[in-house]
Amino acid sequence: MPPAQTFDVVVVGTGPGGYVSAIRCAQLGLSVAAVEDDRPGGVCLNWGCIPTKALLRNAEVVSLLGRAAEFGITLGDWKADYAQAIQRSRRVADRMAKGVEFLLRKNKITLVRGRGVLTGRNLVEVASQDGTQSLEAGRAVILATGSEPKSLPGVTIDETVVISSNGAVRNETKPAALVVIGAGAVGMEFADIYAAYGVEVTVLEALPRVLPIEDEEVSTQVARLFARRGITLRTGVSVKAVTPGADGVAVEMEVEGKAERLRAAQVLVAVGRAARTGSLGLEALGLSMERGFVQVSPTMETSVKGIYAIGDMAGRQLLAHKAMAEGVVAAEAIAGRAPRPVDYDNVPSCTYCRPQVASIGQSEARARQSAREIAVGRFPFTANGKAVAMGEAEGFLKVVADKGSGELLGVHIVGPEATELIHEFAVGRTLEATLEDIVHTIHAHPTLSEAALEATLAALGQAIHM
Amino acid sequence: MITRVLMPKLSEAMEQGKVVKWLKREGEPVKGGDVIAEIETDKANVEIEAFGSGLLRKIIVPDGGQVPVGQVIGVIADPADDIGGVAADLPKAPAAAPPAEAPTRALPVEEAYKSAPETMAVVSMGAEISHVGGGGQAVAAPPSGGRVKASPLAKKIAAQSGVDLRGLQGTGPGGRIVRRDVETALAAAPAAPAPVAPVAPVAPAAPAAPPAAARPAFSVPSRPGVEFEDIPLTSMRAAIARRMPLSKGPVPHFYVTSEVAMDRAWALREELNALESSARVSVTDLVIRACALALSRHPAVNASFQGQAVRVHHRVHIGVAVALEGGLITPVLRDCDVKPLAQIAAESRDLAERARIGKLRVPELSGATFSISNLGMFDVEEFAAIINPPEGAILAVGSVIEKPVADGGQLRVGKRMRMTLSCDHRVIDGATGARFLQDVKRLLEEPLRLLV
Repeated sequence: MPPAQTFDVVVVGTGPGGYVSAIRCAQLGLSVAAVEDDRPGGVCLNWGCIPTKALLRNAEVVSLLGRAAEFGITLGDWKADYAQAIQRSRRVADRMAKGVEFLLRKNKITLVRGRGVLTGRNLVEVASQDGTQSLEAGRAVILATGSEPKSLPGVTIDETVVISSNGAVRNETKPAALVVIGAGAVGMEFADIYAAYGVEVTVLEALPRVLPIEDEEVSTQVARLFARRGITLRTGVSVKAVTPGADGVAVEMEVEGKAERLRAAQVLVAVGRAARTGSLGLEALGLSMERGFVQVSPTMETSVKGIYAIGDMAGRQLLAHKAMAEGVVAAEAIAGRAPRPVDYDNVPSCTYCRPQVASIGQSEARARQSAREIAVGRFPFTANGKAVAMGEAEGFLKVVADKGSGELLGVHIVGPEATELIHEFAVGRTLEATLEDIVHTIHAHPTLSEAALEATLAALGQAIHM
Repeated sequence: MITRVLMPKLSEAMEQGKVVKWLKREGEPVKGGDVIAEIETDKANVEIEAFGSGLLRKIIVPDGGQVPVGQVIGVIADPADDIGGVAADLPKAPAAAPPAEAPTRALPVEEAYKSAPETMAVVSMGAEISHVGGGGQAVAAPPSGGRVKASPLAKKIAAQSGVDLRGLQGTGPGGRIVRRDVETALAAAPAAPAPVAPVAPVAPAAPAAPPAAARPAFSVPSRPGVEFEDIPLTSMRAAIARRMPLSKGPVPHFYVTSEVAMDRAWALREELNALESSARVSVTDLVIRACALALSRHPAVNASFQGQAVRVHHRVHIGVAVALEGGLITPVLRDCDVKPLAQIAAESRDLAERARIGKLRVPELSGATFSISNLGMFDVEEFAAIINPPEGAILAVGSVIEKPVADGGQLRVGKRMRMTLSCDHRVIDGATGARFLQDVKRLLEEPLRLLV
C-alpha cells in the first residue's frame, strides 16, 4: 500500500451532505479529499430526489394530456411510454451528477473512488479495484454515507418483484398492479407516478393516516384526492408477510384484527430508511450511536473528537436539504468558524405527489397541545385566481400561529407548487416574522402566493377573499 | 430659528463633558436628528443629535473643549438669523481643560438646558454609547425611539410584556435581539424581594472620628491594579434594576412584623421528613401552605391594585423567590390553596431546581397573586421585601432561631421565626395585613392545620 496521502479534511460520501461540506471546506481554504464508491451525488441525485422529480413531472404531463379536453384541446392517438419516462429520468440524474463532479473539480477537491473505511480517528482506507489507498485527515473526517431503504421483518427486497425505491427508479417495466407498503413521502410519490401510467395502485399504511408526519387535515385532503384518482389507500394495516410466487406477490396483512390477503404483480417497500454505517468501522472507534444513527453535537461532531457526521446517518429528518445545512455547519466548525447550528424545528418537509404537500413547524394538533392559545387561518386554492386559472385549485394553505404574539408556529400546504410556496414561511420563521409582517408584505396578484397572504389574514380574522 | 446646542447631562453624577469631535463643520447644513458631535463623559463616548435645522452657524466649544453640563457648545440657525446675541451671551471659548471647579452658571444655563426640546432625551444613558476601550463586541444599546435591532416577534413580545428592548443584549445573528432574549429578560423580571444574593459584607457606618492624636499612623501599602471594575448589566440584572423602582417608587409600602413560635412546626416537619415515601418538606413549604390557607380566608390580601379597581383573586398562586447566581427569579406555584402540603413541597422543590439550572418555562414565571421570600438560610433574622407589582403583598421570612422565650412566667428556649409582610397600602390596610399575618402565625403555631 502506498504511503498515506494527507488532506486537511477527508469526506466519506458525496451525497448532498458530503459534496456540500467538501465544497464549503474548500471555500474556507482547506484541502479536501472526497471518497465515493458510486457516482458523486449520492442517493439524492442518482436514485432519489432528482430522478423521482423527473418521473413525477412525466406523471404530471401524462395527467395533463388526460385532461386535454378540459382545456379545449383534442388529441389524436397518444401513448405514454413508461420505459422512456425512466430513461428521461436517468438522463436528468446523469446531468445533475455530472454537475457535482464538475463542482468538486472546480473547488480542487480530490475525488477518491472506492469504499472508505475508518481505520483510525484520522485515517480513512479506501478500497477499490485498483487496490487500497490510505488517506490521512489533518483536521477532521466528515462521515456522510447516507442511508438505505429499510424493509419489514419477514420481507425480503429482491428489486424484481419486491422492490425498494432503488429498484423503482431503474425498472423500465411497470407492473399491472402494484402494492405500495408505506404512505410516507416516498410511497405516495411512487403511487402517484405509477397510477398516472395506468398501474392499479394500492397503498398500505400501518398508521391511521397517509403522510402520517404531516398535519391531520393535510392527510385527509391528500387521501381524498388520491382516492378520487382511483388509488386505493388503506390505513391501519399491518403487513405480516410478502411472498413472491409464480403469479405475482401475495401480501398477508392484518386489518383491525382480521387477516387479509392481497395479490399484486409487484410490491414496493417504502417503510423508511436506515443509516448506512455498517462497513465504516465505527464500532471499533467507539462512536456513540442512538437507534442506529450516529450521535452528533450541534456542530456535527461525533463522540470522537475530529470525526464529524452529517446527513441521514446523523438522524433527525432524513432530508437532502437538512444534510446540506449540516454539511455547511460541519465545514465551518472544522475551519474554526462559529457556525449557527442547524435549526431542526425549521426544516421544510416536502412531498412532490399531486397535489404537492409542504409544511414547516408544528402541526395544528401539536400546537393545540401546548399551553398557549393559537390562531389558525386557512385558505382554499379554489378561491385563488391563479390556481383556478391553472386548473389546479385543489388543496389549501393553513397557517397556525400563537394568538398572542402572532408567532408563526406552523404552516401546512396541500396544492399546486406547495413545495415552492413554503419558503415564504421558512424565511419568515428564520427572521421571527409575525402574522402582521406577512400581512404587511404585498403579494403579487395573481399568484399562488396570495394564498399565503389570505391564510395569514384569516388567522388574524381578516381574510378578504373568503 | 436659533437653536442652541447644549452639553447634555448624561447621568445624575455628570457635571461636565468634553467635546471629542464635531462631526459637522461651521457653515454646514444640519437637520433635526443629524449626529453633529461626539461627547465624552467619564465612562463613555456619546453621539449627540441636532434638534433644530439650519446651518451649524457657530462652534463655541471646539474639539477637545470641556464645559459644564448645560453650557452652549454650538449654535444652529438659519443663514439670516443674527446669532450675535447668543454668541455674546456666552463666556469666551473655554480652554481645552478649564478648572474642574468651573462654576456652573447658575440659573440661566440651567434654564437653557431644561428648555431644550424633548429630543434631548435622545442622549440618555441608554443612547448610542460606544464603550471607551471596550471589547468592541459589546452591542451598543440602540437609541431610544430609534431603530432597535430586534426581530418582529421579539419586538411584539416585548411590547406586550413591557420589556424594554433597549436594555437587552441580542444573541441573534449580528447581535439582533430575538425571541429568546426577550423571554430570558421576562424570566428574570418578575422577582421582587429585597436583598437576596448574599452581599459582600459592608463595613459598618464609620463611627465618629476619634481624636486624631489617639490614632497611630497607618500607611497604606502600594496597591497596584484598577480601583474598580464596571461589570455590564446582564439582562437579568437590567430587568431587576428596571423593575424594582417601579415597585418601591409608586407602590406605597408598609410593613408588619410578627414572631412565630416554630417549635411545633419544626417538630412536625421533622416527623414528616422521617416518613420514607413523602417529599422532603422545608420551612418555606410550611410557610407557603400557611399563607395559602390564610390567603383564602383573607382575600383582601390576595389582591392587586389595577388603577381603577382592586382586583381580588379567587385563586392563590404564590411566587417563591429563588436566589440565583447574579440575581433572583420568582417561579410561581399555582393553586396553592387547593394543594396538599406534600404536593406543594414536591412542586416547590422542582421549580427551585429548574430555576437554578435555567429550565423554567415562561408561564411558570408570571401570574403570582402573592409572593414569599425566605432568606432564613442566610441567617437573616428579619428583613422587609419589595412588593412585586401588581401583587399586593409579599412575605419576608427569616431564620428559625433558638432563643430564650418567656412562657407562663418561666424562661425557656424556644424556636422562633420572624416574618415581615410588605403591603401595598393602596390595596391593603394595616389592620387587614395584621389580621392576615396573625392567621399565618396561628397556622404555623398549630401546624396540624396545615395537614388538613
